[in-house]
Amino acid sequence: MKSLAELAAIKEKMQNKVVLREGSSDVRVVVGMATCGIAAGARPVLNAFVEAVNGLELNDKVTVTQTGCIGICQYEPVVEIFEAGKEKVTYVKMTPEKAKEVAEKHLKGGNIIAEYTISNV
Amino acid sequence: MKELSLNILDIAQNSVKAGADTVKIILNETAEILTIEIRDNGCGMKPDFLKSVSDPFTTTRTTRKVGLGIPLFKLASQQTGGDLKITSRHKDEFPDSHGTEVIASFYKNHLDFTPLGDIVSTVTVLIQGQPGIRWIFEHKTQKGSVKLDTDELKAVLGDVPLDTFEVIVWIGEYLKEQYLEAGQN
Repeated sequence: MKSLAELAAIKEKMQNKVVLREGSSDVRVVVGMATCGIAAGARPVLNAFVEAVNGLELNDKVTVTQTGCIGICQYEPVVEIFEAGKEKVTYVKMTPEKAKEVAEKHLKGGNIIAEYTISNV
Repeated sequence: MKELSLNILDIAQNSVKAGADTVKIILNETAEILTIEIRDNGCGMKPDFLKSVSDPFTTTRTTRKVGLGIPLFKLASQQTGGDLKITSRHKDEFPDSHGTEVIASFYKNHLDFTPLGDIVSTVTVLIQGQPGIRWIFEHKTQKGSVKLDTDELKAVLGDVPLDTFEVIVWIGEYLKEQYLEAGQN
């Protein structure tokens, strides 16, 4: 059974990393989580991003956050990627599989997957 | 919505928008009835707005004039023979006790009962999205109960944020184990 002692161990392990991480994220992944997004499947998409960002060890560079309705409900789940000094990229009709791919190719590799973006629908 | 847990995720966002610092999600289950309560200490709603929140043409969103969160949740309950009730106290009138309660009941054996689905995922996503809020989750059944209070976790974590990946994963597993112990999900 999981115990709070185990959580204390995580704390010990994380404490050093946290100091490094503060303010250092320069890429933001924003998932639309209003009624429209949630109904269209935003929850597993968000989870896929959180897992992939951690799996690819991008935690120091990328933060995954949630927002309300972006205003293009017919294209939900919608994910926006903000990067300092670059134009916003809007991915539409996302799935957990696409999220994983975006994390690998775009967040890690730096290459936008044009066919999943809004300019391609 | 394919799962009631998605409705819960959606409705809880209203508590976040209302500026709540504590949100309680309480599920109570008997053999026949599931009751879902979402209680917050946010700014509350004035009586006129409260009267209209089940109307799809009432919304707090600014991108369009339609809001389906409450109407969808209400429909999900009423289609099983249950109902949804909202009480609210606006901060202007109740400076010390403002907040909102959404309480929905569901007849589980009804053909049109929507399954609860992945409630653990809803709880972890809420915490990940709003780590500054105190989230209290409790799911009571006849067999036992599953509980989580982020204040208890924060007391252990100190300055390590709740939305740290390892912590979110731990919370998910912690809840899943409690469900196993309680003999369900």
